[in-house]
Amino acid sequence: MKQTNRGDILVIGMGNVLMQDEGIGVRAVEELENRFHIPDGVRVMDGGTTGMELFEPMRQCDCLIVADAVNAKVAPGSLVRIANDEIRAFFQTKLSNHQLGLSDLLALLTLKGERPRHIAIIGMVPHSLENKLGLTDKAQAGLEGMVEMLRAELAGLGVTLEPRRERTIGHWHREAALEQAACA
Amino acid sequence: MTTRITVDPITRIEGHLRIDVEVDDGKVTKAWSSGQMWRGIEKILVGRDPREAWTYTQRFCGVCTTVHAIASVRAVENALQLEIPVNAQLIRNIIQTAHAIQDHIVHFYHLSAVDWVDVVSALDADPVATSKLAESLSDWPLNGPHEMKAVQQRLKTFVGSGQLGPFASGFWGHPAMKLSPEVNLLGVAHYMNALDVQNYANKIVAILGGKSPHIQNVAVGGVSNSIGHDAPSVLNIERLMLIKNFIDKLEHFIKSTYLVDVPAIGAFYLDWTTIGGGVNNYLTVPDCPQDSKGTVFDLPGGYIANGDLKSLKPITTFNDAYFRDGVAESSKHAWYTGGDALHPWEGETEPEYTDFQDEGKYSWVKAPTFYGQRAEVGPLADVLVGVAVGNERYTRYLNEAIGTIKAVSGLSEVPLSALESTIGRHAARAVRCAVMIDTLKDQWQKLVDNIGTGDLDTFNAPVFPKGEIKGVGFHAAPRGTLSHWVVIEDAKIKNYQAVVPSTWNAGPRDADGQPGPYESSLLDNPVADPEQPLEVLRTVHSFDPCIACAIHMFDNEQTEIVKVKAL
Repeated sequence: MKQTNRGDILVIGMGNVLMQDEGIGVRAVEELENRFHIPDGVRVMDGGTTGMELFEPMRQCDCLIVADAVNAKVAPGSLVRIANDEIRAFFQTKLSNHQLGLSDLLALLTLKGERPRHIAIIGMVPHSLENKLGLTDKAQAGLEGMVEMLRAELAGLGVTLEPRRERTIGHWHREAALEQAACA
Repeated sequence: MTTRITVDPITRIEGHLRIDVEVDDGKVTKAWSSGQMWRGIEKILVGRDPREAWTYTQRFCGVCTTVHAIASVRAVENALQLEIPVNAQLIRNIIQTAHAIQDHIVHFYHLSAVDWVDVVSALDADPVATSKLAESLSDWPLNGPHEMKAVQQRLKTFVGSGQLGPFASGFWGHPAMKLSPEVNLLGVAHYMNALDVQNYANKIVAILGGKSPHIQNVAVGGVSNSIGHDAPSVLNIERLMLIKNFIDKLEHFIKSTYLVDVPAIGAFYLDWTTIGGGVNNYLTVPDCPQDSKGTVFDLPGGYIANGDLKSLKPITTFNDAYFRDGVAESSKHAWYTGGDALHPWEGETEPEYTDFQDEGKYSWVKAPTFYGQRAEVGPLADVLVGVAVGNERYTRYLNEAIGTIKAVSGLSEVPLSALESTIGRHAARAVRCAVMIDTLKDQWQKLVDNIGTGDLDTFNAPVFPKGEIKGVGFHAAPRGTLSHWVVIEDAKIKNYQAVVPSTWNAGPRDADGQPGPYESSLLDNPVADPEQPLEVLRTVHSFDPCIACAIHMFDNEQTEIVKVKAL
């Protein structure tokens, strides 16, 4: 059996916060931390758009939840959950092989025999990927549902999140709000 | 018959690198490199506090987070002519060098090796023979027959699991794959080892950077690490010793494995030392500053024209006018307004999208030039400049690599020009990685010694004047010369331009119609099977392309990427 570490459950938000809805995953996990106390045994991480840096944390967790923008054949704004056997772990051919995507990382974990026992991707199909800080209004509205799906995913793993008495405000949320004010 | 091949990883999303080549009689006759990365991304910075720019620039790109943070604070410090404490230079040097080492290892083993190593063929290897071969080349402890057998078994299980389409991208059985099953198995074994080893470099970055994957310790004026003896959050001797432990492990792998594997594999692909040459002009900037001003460097910089080492013009300080005045970018063939080459401080980023026009605009990447010439950046440039200035380490590790090629191939001579090729770029990266591990050891020792003298300074507070100031910050990043150009007015950012390594290498034709390094390097590449343009991928991959940087959407569909059209 694979060894588990302090972060038995790893929740990673992925995406580029400088490209509107591309950053939805990062914003969703930030929001999760703002609303709930994160108990021991759960680690929340802002993965940005990195690749290999996430290999080690992933191989050390028992259950992996990834929040991300997702390319799926459904309407923009749709929330999707892809879990376990539905996830295809493969090595993508790409010209810029500079970076390993999530599919590649999962394939590496499988090759190493260290795939987490539970993997779920909670995603939103993006509306727009312009070079702007902050989500589109539509994605912003869907953020609530994405956070709820993350909470439910954790509940399914036996973790009940306790709401914070007062919500905190995350870094990227604040920056996006400032950006909107500046543009107005 | 002429065939046009388009390789475009995820066509749904603009932003990735796309390569088009025309193939005639099995050889590439025309090439176009097209991509989008920076379209207006710098505009987010306009009006912001220059002290915070680095927190945004490190989100430019997925894997180059650290390098954009470093280049950004250097640009602002350069505008202020602000000196930073020696400890801060050394801590940054350790972070960036560890990052470069991780990047080079991952690039070869996890991202490029499958262009050369036929993974499926490794299933047919004799593990005992593989082990014998490996032990004849190096003292790496994981080269034994049991290890090789275990790796082969793991691979068998993985390939047998079917639904995964293991290494689906690989061109198994392609006629351009030349290694024996044993060498292929060795490649796979070290691929697995490298997965563990690369993490040691990450840990160094995380210990000093405070957080991974995005570092938090950089600041305009130095670093935010405090040095001391007690509290767990400060940089103390225990943490320094932990870093040293990781450095030692990395050194063993790099010198016993990476620096051996690349020339050994290259010796089986000697034809690739004459393919993929490129523009033959090379540019690199000095790095790892040793003093507070940035006038003494551990790694040399300079420009070489036409592959002639004697033409070297050195670049020696953070205020070097030869570098500062030589850089310009043209949008004539890029999807922006204007066409004349502009200096980055005057740079404009106004989009003007057309379709992909072979003779017109066809890329979101601009075309940078150095005094009007196209230049390649990256490890090949670093090694050639290093050898040209007589740097002892570059020369020694290059000779070591050449020695391995000779021993494996039986050749009596390997000319320096062999480096200017597709496989040569991989060799240059391995040589640079060996230089970097020595540099890392040095920077660590200097930091320990400097702290030992009682110097605990890490930060000089910046003060912004009224009016306009300009600065450039450069960094010899893993992919090559990176420069950030900032114009500041009344303590706010007025203009910001990043001229990144992959812009230098992947840029389209320039204002004079000169093709960029990718485009030049693809000419005359053989293509045995247009449906499987492995040779094209090999040459583009040798540069360590960085164009997909900005986007990381999860894609559960396996998108078709190669399109072939008879013309």
